[in-house]
Amino acid sequence: MLHYTEKIREIAGRLLKQGVVDVFIGYRKGSVPMMNNPLLIRDPGSTDLLYWDSNCALNLCNYLTGRKDRIGIVATGCVSRNIVTHIVENQISRSQLYVVGIPCTGMISHRAVIRAVGGREIIEFEEQGERFLVRGRDFEEIFEKNDFLQSNCAVCRYPNPVLYDEMLGERVPGYEGDDVYRDVEKVEQMSSEDRRGFFSRMISRCIRCYACRDACPLCYCPTCFVDESRPQWVGKSIDPVDTMTFHLLRAFHCAGRCTDCGACERACPMGIPVRQFTKKLNKDVQELFSWEAGLGLEQRPPLDVYRQDDYDGFIR
Amino acid sequence: MTAYRVYSKEEWTSAVKALESHYQVFVPVKDGDFHLFGLLSEGKRPDFDFQNTHLSPKSIVYPQSERMFEYSLDGEDPDAHMLKEAPKDFSPRAIVGIRPCDALAFQRVRVNFDTPRYRDPWWVSRFESTTFVGLGCNAPEATCFCTSVGGGPFSEAGLDVLLYDLGDRFLAKVLTSKGDGLLKKALGGMEADGTLVRQAESLALKVTEAMPAVVPVDGLKDKSVLELFEAPFWEDVAFGCINCGTCTYLCPTCWCFDIQDEVLGKSGDRIRNWDSCMFPLFTLHGSGHNPRGGKVARVRQRFMHKLKYYLDKYNEGVQCSGCGRCVRSCPANIDIRQVAELMNSL
Repeated sequence: MLHYTEKIREIAGRLLKQGVVDVFIGYRKGSVPMMNNPLLIRDPGSTDLLYWDSNCALNLCNYLTGRKDRIGIVATGCVSRNIVTHIVENQISRSQLYVVGIPCTGMISHRAVIRAVGGREIIEFEEQGERFLVRGRDFEEIFEKNDFLQSNCAVCRYPNPVLYDEMLGERVPGYEGDDVYRDVEKVEQMSSEDRRGFFSRMISRCIRCYACRDACPLCYCPTCFVDESRPQWVGKSIDPVDTMTFHLLRAFHCAGRCTDCGACERACPMGIPVRQFTKKLNKDVQELFSWEAGLGLEQRPPLDVYRQDDYDGFIR
Repeated sequence: MTAYRVYSKEEWTSAVKALESHYQVFVPVKDGDFHLFGLLSEGKRPDFDFQNTHLSPKSIVYPQSERMFEYSLDGEDPDAHMLKEAPKDFSPRAIVGIRPCDALAFQRVRVNFDTPRYRDPWWVSRFESTTFVGLGCNAPEATCFCTSVGGGPFSEAGLDVLLYDLGDRFLAKVLTSKGDGLLKKALGGMEADGTLVRQAESLALKVTEAMPAVVPVDGLKDKSVLELFEAPFWEDVAFGCINCGTCTYLCPTCWCFDIQDEVLGKSGDRIRNWDSCMFPLFTLHGSGHNPRGGKVARVRQRFMHKLKYYLDKYNEGVQCSGCGRCVRSCPANIDIRQVAELMNSL
């Protein structure tokens, strides 16, 4: 996706020069292979800092919350769905935004790449179309990007922005398989004890840094429940019960809102597959309400509407 | 005269095993995608073929969550509402395979917990009961910058023994009597001859020379605190930051904590947990006011503390040992090396 870089610079320069936007949000090339740095520019002269490749996996929508200015922003399919969610949830207004859409061919899982080279240190990364090259002190490997997609990107059905002012390329095909939720189904089939064991083992490494929460554009509460002290909802030690409480509550808070962008998993410094929680809820919401988050501005998420003719008696 | 012992790699593994009857032995173990320090007694297999552990060994001396006191809220209990020290384990422990940057980090942290006026009894007792067996770095990572901040890939600061990996064997250099005591309890090995010592020295020299100090911190001491505080670059530095605790929790020199009471029924614990200056709650006042209410202020605090306040207060270098963990793991790629450069050249 390297070739989008030039176009992004061009458009950002144009928008800033013409005063269409006050700021432009994209990425800067990172100082470490396979890591890029979210960037905000105001000066049309510094558009050369903008960069794009298949390692732009934090969700830029996260940087929109509460902004008052007019913003140009680069958005892939999932980021655009979060922007929709942000608009629907009144976190930003459509009129403030100029969305530069990227038909996304997926982000690379840096962890999978490091695993594939046996944990050896990667010093250079070079994207070459649908392939990429990694170099270490005494090795060089070329991989097919499709073999190293983040697990959410590998089954992404909405790679094209659902909301944009300008699109950077031809639309790309989304995933069409019917096994998007295969991992969740495996967990569903476990006995409740096994499932508890599965999730407990999964989060046993959690260091409570909250990177999963902080990377998530949905987590914009002025005070997160884990930071409340009166009353205090959850203990702050690394007691497994408290850690589990944090993860479960965080996930439930995202139910019906999560776009499966994968930023939480990408950000986790311990490599915990935290999407196992949110993805199950995405599946439930889809089954119960035929709902997938962020696909359109017209409808509110199912868990924040009240209808007198709701088919569930308990809520009427 | 400095003593050196040499062990074949197999011998070293059994030597470490033999330490178990004298110490809680922490060793680097491969755990999924990472190396982490683990307890040998938990059946972990030491693996000394690593660059650095994903998490620093900080928690061995300074646990992420520690029960300080316990108390009863039961009115019937004559000791109700009295804080009693919770039982703690200060038995001898050894960290075998700690990298020199992480050993240096304990020295940098010590100035906070062990001062002429205040001594944190638990940090100090655990630190003193620990023997640090370092492993020199033959292959520092591209993100490592220990030589820029007063350390080095074979730095001996804060170590009791320094191991040199000579391919098929380890050469152990005894640095303190504590280290001497540890090696006497380890089995096997033999006195090393001068040839091996020279081999180790030339290895150390070669690796160290290949790692010039590239992160400038030399000008920080003379900079004005206020000018740095008000520098124009903080907003740009902080923009990408998501304010998670990755940098501070992975950092071997971050020491901040929070104290919490946890009560179940009629008994309670007073617990000390690591805290992070990245979190809003870290500075939230009882009144509701937060002096560091925004992300930019929090990010600035982290770098100012490490690279300026600490330096000014203790004059013992910066509060960073150059391990590079924050650089490697920051989800938003905020790089302390670049920030140091910005600050140093202001």
